[in-house]
Amino acid sequence: MTLGLYPGCSLKGSSREYAESVLAIAKACDIELVEIEDWNCCGATAAHNLNKELSLALPARILSLAEKQGLKEVVVPCAACYSRLTVTKYELAEHPEFKKVVINENKLEYTGNVEIINIIQFLDKYILPNLDGKITNPFDHKVACYYGCLLVRPHAILKFDREEDPQTMDELMLKSGATPIDWAFKTECCGAGLSVSRTSSVGRLSGEIVKDAIDRGAEALIVACPMCQSNLDMRREAINTYLGKKVDIPVMYVSQVVGLALGIDRKALGLQRHFVPVKI
Amino acid sequence: MSTETHHAAVSGLSGEVLEGTGVAVSHCYQCGKCSAGCPLSGEMDYPPSYIMRMLQTGDPVLEDKILRSFSIWVCLTCEMCYARCPMSIDIPQMMDFLRQKSLREKKVHRDAKKILAFHRSFLDSIKYTGRLYEIGLLVDYKTRTLKIMQDMILAPKMLVRGKLNIFPELIKDRSGVAAIFNKSNKKKK
Repeated sequence: MTLGLYPGCSLKGSSREYAESVLAIAKACDIELVEIEDWNCCGATAAHNLNKELSLALPARILSLAEKQGLKEVVVPCAACYSRLTVTKYELAEHPEFKKVVINENKLEYTGNVEIINIIQFLDKYILPNLDGKITNPFDHKVACYYGCLLVRPHAILKFDREEDPQTMDELMLKSGATPIDWAFKTECCGAGLSVSRTSSVGRLSGEIVKDAIDRGAEALIVACPMCQSNLDMRREAINTYLGKKVDIPVMYVSQVVGLALGIDRKALGLQRHFVPVKI
Repeated sequence: MSTETHHAAVSGLSGEVLEGTGVAVSHCYQCGKCSAGCPLSGEMDYPPSYIMRMLQTGDPVLEDKILRSFSIWVCLTCEMCYARCPMSIDIPQMMDFLRQKSLREKKVHRDAKKILAFHRSFLDSIKYTGRLYEIGLLVDYKTRTLKIMQDMILAPKMLVRGKLNIFPELIKDRSGVAAIFNKSNKKKK
């Protein structure tokens, strides 16, 4: 079984452990993930804030490369990249006038036939069916599933899970042996792209998320986005400053939890790379 | 997304928004859910529902205030406003449009310079290498903002954890990506 993979920039740098854990569980289930050759950055927040044409053209190049490589379905673990690629595919299908500017004038070949799936859809479709009898170490902890913004919004385009109280990650965690808690900040924003330019805002927004998870008894926050992970984990100092105390709840990728449940070595899942130590 | 225009002021800034994005400001009836749900409204000079109303008036003075506002830059496009809007008005897309116009007309709010500098450093980084080079991004950002000491403690901690690449990842077709950048920068209305 072979699927395409668009890792995106974070998974090659500051969120290396996300890539490591996704590849490790894929391997454990005999799935080969093939990177799109010569892929570029999706443009992220910066492109769509400053330049609409660019924000569509960069993802269009990626999708065009995937088509050229013959990939039918591409896994996009980063929620922000998933959003940009999916929005681009949608815009190009809905607004033919963009095709001229974005596709023709950039001399890209594009038909729009690549299926884009996020990490939860990947786990659901390809990993879960393989789990029977493979869960050797159930992750027996209370967890707060944090979906963030871009995995579920805007629903009109993504058509994935519910915008306010999504359930898909909670179900995955249940199947991995964890107990997902009911809480209020599942899809509140962590501060995202303001991490560097307005760290104090991130401290407040992420601080509220961390606080609610702890108050309701979670032992770990589970995420599906490198931006969410780095804000909740790497920006813990700003969070602690906002909360006025030191909090040590770890922030784990959904793929790391599934990996642990499958009995994969902690180091292979990159758990040692986190700023807030994962002691559970 | 609805593009109907009943009672819409099709001239002025709201007309430009409609033409550029298909977002009909006229559909807003001021319920205020966007401002209530916006995680940044407390840091904004005008919360989203105010911006909607200011646009509806068609008053050039208020339109100018919007383009010079801090709100449009501190908006994170988390899409919560759009999710909760009973009229399904795509406010985030409207914000993107307003930011780009504010930038073209050189009306960017003073306090938003750092946010803009970060976006520019980010795009410059991928323009030349094809992928984000995090060290390059931070150095470029510090040069633009003169925040030399910011995050100095973070970088070595990231290095130890294998979270920072010393060298950029260079894609093969860098000229192809640069051409996409150059073309998109040329044609600005």
